[in-house]
Amino acid sequence: MTFDWRWDFAWEILPRLLAATVNTLIAAGIGYGIALVLGLVFALAQRTPYRLLTVITREFVEFIRSTPLVLQIFFIFYVGPQFGIRLSPWMSGMIAIGLHYAAYLSEVYRAGIEAVPRGQWEACRAINMSTRDTYFRIIIPQALPPSIAGMGNYLVGIFKDTPMLSVIGVAELMHTANSIGAENYRFLEPFTMVGIIFLAISLPVAALVRLFEGWVRRKMGVR
Amino acid sequence: MPIWEFLDTYGARLGSGTLITIAQFGLATVIAVVVALAAGLGKMSHNWLLRGTAVCYIELFRGTSLLVQLYWIFFVLPLFGITLPKFTAGFLSVGLNVGAYGAEVVRGAIQAVPRGQWEAAYALSMSPARRMRRIILPQALGLMLPPWGNLLIELLKGTALVALISVADLMFQARQINASTFLSAQAFGAALVIYYILARFGITPFMRWMERVVARRLGRT
Repeated sequence: MTFDWRWDFAWEILPRLLAATVNTLIAAGIGYGIALVLGLVFALAQRTPYRLLTVITREFVEFIRSTPLVLQIFFIFYVGPQFGIRLSPWMSGMIAIGLHYAAYLSEVYRAGIEAVPRGQWEACRAINMSTRDTYFRIIIPQALPPSIAGMGNYLVGIFKDTPMLSVIGVAELMHTANSIGAENYRFLEPFTMVGIIFLAISLPVAALVRLFEGWVRRKMGVR
Repeated sequence: MPIWEFLDTYGARLGSGTLITIAQFGLATVIAVVVALAAGLGKMSHNWLLRGTAVCYIELFRGTSLLVQLYWIFFVLPLFGITLPKFTAGFLSVGLNVGAYGAEVVRGAIQAVPRGQWEAAYALSMSPARRMRRIILPQALGLMLPPWGNLLIELLKGTALVALISVADLMFQARQINASTFLSAQAFGAALVIYYILARFGITPFMRWMERVVARRLGRT
């Protein structure tokens, strides 16, 4: 085979790739939603007075952060059935990617929470606020603006990691490109177009995140 | 099957996979460091051609996924007449991917070297190359080592993807064992633990040691 880009073929497969792009975006969205919530849980669990809980969460987060996502996807997908729990590729993919990025986001939250000045905690203590109110009304709203940059980076990161879901058969962009390539014995157009679609989404999103970060900072009156 | 029996039977295969993973890691690290230095310096160059090339490379590799890059290099590059063996394609794409992130780290560290150092080197009428090599880079090295520690862990995790173009690394062996025995928890669990050990007891202590050595050489202990 030699290099010959066929525009007719590229146009023909474009609708299929765009449909798969929607799946990719959905997967990234759900995964990110899970990660946002679970990450907060991990971050708060590391701040409880229960030493054991703190240590276990800390080690768990470290473990997830230093092992490959693709292996975690396989683990969750294949280990379930061994113990009688059958998970669909989508389900296990979402759990794996959500868990993986929750570990990263918990670090972002943790840094944000630790950056809130001590005086804020002391003031809450002084006016006899409950721990819950302290976190949800005083600390977290102040911890968020400095965390936005990190959170945004991981939004782009999660989007770029969705192709790994193709290994367990989630019909996202990479999986579709692979099938198209295998059906037509042509990999040039599908793989190149996948690359372009990724660039076309991740570069503007990264720019938007930067704009949003500036907007939040101004809005919250931080720096 | 208990875990020790599993390790007794399949330990050798996991071991050979681990060696391939370490080889991929080492070669990809060399590429990542070289490319990151070149692209990081290139992005700060006054020559627009160098700067443009560096920016294009960085945005291209940071804007797309490693898996896309890996498949593109392995399946599409041959159409341009460049056929790479899977082993080379593996560490090359992982190295190039991490190198793009590293380039930003290099650039940030070089720009964080205090202005006075640049001015002092200028005042001693050092040539730009000499100033960079003798004054700026050694100090930038101290600043960029901690982020490089994180990048190297990302790189190790990235090497797991080369299994998808059937390089026989740790991930590949775990999949093979899983496919033939259905002992998923043992196969994937063992692989996860090995990756964890490589990262926490290999890369992290090594980078700490590097940081100490560099700090001592810079006289900042």
